[in-house]
Amino acid sequence: MKLKSNGALALKNNFQNFLFVLPAFAIFCIFYIYPFYKMINLSFYDWRGIGPMHFIGLSNYQELMHDHLWWNSIWHAGYITLIALTFQNALAFFLAMACDREIRLKRFYRVVFFIPPVLSEVVVGLIWNWILNPETQNGQYIGLLNHLLYASGFPQMVHDWLADPATALSTIAIVNSWKGFGWGFIIMLAGLQTIDKQLYEAAKIDGAGTWKTFTNVTVPMMLPVILVVMILTILGCMQVFVLILAMVNEGLVNYTDVPVTRIFSAMQNTNQFGYACAEAVIFGMILVCISFITKKLSDKVKHA
Amino acid sequence: MINKYVLFRSARSTIIHIFLMSVAVTCLFPIFWMVRCAFMTNQTIFVDQSLIPHHLDFNNFVKAWTQGSFGIYFLNSVIYTACVVTGIVIIASLAAFSFSRLNFPGKNIIFYLFVAAMMIPLPGSFVALFVLMTKLHLVNTRLGYILCMINVGLSMSILILKTFFDKMPHELEDAARIDGCTKLGIWWNMALPFARPAIAVIVIFNSLNVWNEYILATLLLEDSKLMPLQRGLIIFQGAHSTDYPVLMAGLTMAAVPIIVIYLFMQKYIVKGLSGEVVG
Repeated sequence: MKLKSNGALALKNNFQNFLFVLPAFAIFCIFYIYPFYKMINLSFYDWRGIGPMHFIGLSNYQELMHDHLWWNSIWHAGYITLIALTFQNALAFFLAMACDREIRLKRFYRVVFFIPPVLSEVVVGLIWNWILNPETQNGQYIGLLNHLLYASGFPQMVHDWLADPATALSTIAIVNSWKGFGWGFIIMLAGLQTIDKQLYEAAKIDGAGTWKTFTNVTVPMMLPVILVVMILTILGCMQVFVLILAMVNEGLVNYTDVPVTRIFSAMQNTNQFGYACAEAVIFGMILVCISFITKKLSDKVKHA
Repeated sequence: MINKYVLFRSARSTIIHIFLMSVAVTCLFPIFWMVRCAFMTNQTIFVDQSLIPHHLDFNNFVKAWTQGSFGIYFLNSVIYTACVVTGIVIIASLAAFSFSRLNFPGKNIIFYLFVAAMMIPLPGSFVALFVLMTKLHLVNTRLGYILCMINVGLSMSILILKTFFDKMPHELEDAARIDGCTKLGIWWNMALPFARPAIAVIVIFNSLNVWNEYILATLLLEDSKLMPLQRGLIIFQGAHSTDYPVLMAGLTMAAVPIIVIYLFMQKYIVKGLSGEVVG
């Protein structure tokens, strides 16, 4: 009799404890698990958003394999990511190195470098769209950049940066780096500050110069942090979309579209929901593979 | 010899300062330029290229607020950010408290589901999410957007809070329990105050995220009375693409609140990013 009531109590207790998790779990199931399943499921259908659904097996994926615009868009995102991985992360690293010492205005720099990352992609895109404006009024360039180039004696460099297919993507990549380097800077600065100062002392006693100390102490100690920043950069930049939408006018999307643009337009403009889902699945798989490889790489570095 | 060394050091420090300062100016100048242009008129903006315009015009803000309906967008953004962040703090802390301090069968499986969700990027799941929201009749409702945005921030917040609750001393909790405090009471009276630094991190990151969100707002909200600022900016730019001063005033209204919040809470951003709270 007593045992039974104990059991009932435990059951009640367990249920109570589960109730704490229930709101989170319910939201998670409805808004994460179900769309996850639905996305894979829809990718096997030909569906216009409303009306009948036709099961077509892997046809969406076959079509996707031959879709040049899709693979181009992946290349575009890859290019933006590559610029971010090299230029943006190198900048962040050197800035962090420069701030990791007793230096005046250290706090000021740390606050300022993180201001672009807190702005939205829409705001950043529209500000730069205005600065890069190619138009003239009464013989004057109204965009700041072209005005400065013209006024400072480089009229041959005046350019419609976002409309020219040759410069559009690079311009976007640079603005993207402008917006993003603060993340890497803060994380790498925190990483530099965890390096034991005794290591530097020891290197000094061993007679290592600045360069030797850098390659033998700083870089090896920072590798795990650098890899974390790299994963975050790759995942963030591959999914860039709103920034481009805010910067570029509709007309030249073919030179600057990225995977999320393709998914978005397959859904919104042509109502190919099944195809959009197939794109989303492939893109998600690519991202998971990249972060898995980088994760394995960072584990290896940690154990070495 | 010493002179040479001092010279070398001061030269190096000057170069470092020039480098840092030029990047800082590159960060700040576009934002300054936005604010500057917000104070010009449609006539002066094309003519006057001086740094500080001679005549400051506040009309653009009034125009943006009323004619550009940025007043409505702004209010909506405030509502969404407040609701989503409050929701996340309550729901995530309840769950994290249970994961950390209470027991029930299947607890670990559910917890690792949340962790896995954080690891797997779902860039295109908005397509399926839109289909679901249509079925639930939550498209074009505030509630639908708020719930979706709560889901976006949930996993990370639970993980941060659970790590924090794990560090909470058991004695505190035991004492409270002996005093007859219920589990809910312990969560409210002990766990939440204890986790204040972690909650600050969650509040600041989720506020940034909701205030700046664009994709879901575009998909889920069709009625301009329900739209947040980011969506409103793109709509305004599409409709009045040449009214730059008013657009810049709108951008300023979207950017300044978040910059001010950041300046007040930047200590927590550094904490959150350097993994002090998580690790």
